[in-house]
Amino acid sequence: MSSFTNMASSATGAVGSNKTVGWKGLANRRGARRAAIGLILPVMLVLYWWLASSRGWLPEQILPSPAYVYTTAVEMIVSGEIAYHAGMSLRRVVYGFLFGAMAGLSLGMAMGLSRTVDDYVRPLFLAFAQIPTLGWIPLLMLIFGIGEALKIIVIAKGALVPMTLNTAAGIRSVPANYVEVGRALRFSRLQTLRLIVLPGAAHSIFTGVRYGLTHSWTALVGVELLASSEGLGYLLVWGRQMFWLDVVIVAMIVIGIVGFVMDKGFDLAESYLQRWKRGEA
Amino acid sequence: MSVLAALRTQNAVKIRRGLTLPVLLLIFWEAASRSGLVDARFLPSLEDVFLTAKRELVDNNLFGELAASLFRNIAGFVIGSAIGVVFATLLALSRWADALATPSFNGFKQISLLAWIPLISIWFGFGEQAKIVFVAIAAFIPVVLNTYEGMRNVPGDLIEVGRALKFTPVQRVTRIFLPAAMPSIATGVHLGLIYSWLATVGAEYFLAVGPGIGGLIIAGRERFDMALVMVGVIILGLVGFLLNRLAAAGEAYLLRWRVTAH
Repeated sequence: MSSFTNMASSATGAVGSNKTVGWKGLANRRGARRAAIGLILPVMLVLYWWLASSRGWLPEQILPSPAYVYTTAVEMIVSGEIAYHAGMSLRRVVYGFLFGAMAGLSLGMAMGLSRTVDDYVRPLFLAFAQIPTLGWIPLLMLIFGIGEALKIIVIAKGALVPMTLNTAAGIRSVPANYVEVGRALRFSRLQTLRLIVLPGAAHSIFTGVRYGLTHSWTALVGVELLASSEGLGYLLVWGRQMFWLDVVIVAMIVIGIVGFVMDKGFDLAESYLQRWKRGEA
Repeated sequence: MSVLAALRTQNAVKIRRGLTLPVLLLIFWEAASRSGLVDARFLPSLEDVFLTAKRELVDNNLFGELAASLFRNIAGFVIGSAIGVVFATLLALSRWADALATPSFNGFKQISLLAWIPLISIWFGFGEQAKIVFVAIAAFIPVVLNTYEGMRNVPGDLIEVGRALKFTPVQRVTRIFLPAAMPSIATGVHLGLIYSWLATVGAEYFLAVGPGIGGLIIAGRERFDMALVMVGVIILGLVGFLLNRLAAAGEAYLLRWRVTAH
């Protein structure tokens, strides 16, 4: 585990790596000071928020007090409401993303490996990709209704486009002389794919996964805002309709945290899977 | 000459292959809806879609709806990206501003764009103002990220030159930082344009008051008028495509000096 964290930090902290060890303590202290300065603005904001609501500058429906939002958050965590809605949303994203990413990976590989497939598929694919995911939702609602299938399809579409394009581009960018080496070693097609093409395209595929994940998450919020009876997006709609701004704010914060955790988790996974690359750089 | 001919045939093959699937799709579509294989309510015939487009264009002021959407899009985009460039310049060039505001910005950008809609609708209502605010947020975030990145990566030599020439702070920004960061800023603005179109559609879906293409699509869905929904979706795609092309052309124009520099 410790070697893993070391690797991650050396990957992100490449700029400061030429400093001697003695600087580290000072850098940490400076980092703490910077963090403290970074907190000034949020603290002032909360203070102002608290003042504005306690002095009644703005009505409670427009700006509930921070204490009220906090109580609501605690209540919703304790009652399991947050866990229920976040769980529903996460389940949808996982299914939708997996479907979309698998389809995108296959299609992207086919397009990357074969010029013919690429020539046939790309124009139509690009035409479809041109229309934002949000644009598809009403059309798909008419066909699939507002059930679970709609949500999975919309989320899958969000992941599909970046996965396909990045996988195809990654495979295309594998240097020809690598493939030549494979030929010299008399690799079978499967070996060439597994040992040369896919590792060579891995970085680009990761980019696709990252964008795919972000798009899936955005698509989820969109589809839940438009058509759902549970999930974080629904919580937003419901809170707004009831004019419960505290619920809206709690839902926004949870959406932000989940997005952030997914992003960071993905960073860790990528630096772990790409650890073999460190040596050559 | 023979190379040119070969290129032409190669291109011809490419075009023929590229057109195969779309044409097959259209034939299948038409056949399926004409023969009643698929319910025409789900898959209206091409003629239906075309007639709906014509009806909207002639009788129902489709151009007005499009103009309303585009106006929102451009207004939000200009406001968001202008504030974004200024804000990011401040963060990149002032150590204090960076320490003070960058962590807050990083938290702010984490919230998925559409999640802002309920809050915005409570604060700004459902009118034009709310939509433009939302579009501006959508453009603001990628512009800040890319401008900041670009300014941070300005080569040290250039900054030194500015110091040697005793540039004033304003000169340093306008003569060194802005031009040197221009490729990155252009990327941000390009992304901002794409995001703001997406946000325009989103704003019109969720704050569905007044004219607009998004409102048209929602109305089509409510009336179960698939042809109308399709017309709206096709327009969304076309406008997105054109905006993208426009941004790419603008980027190439702004960065044309780079070609001669190398």
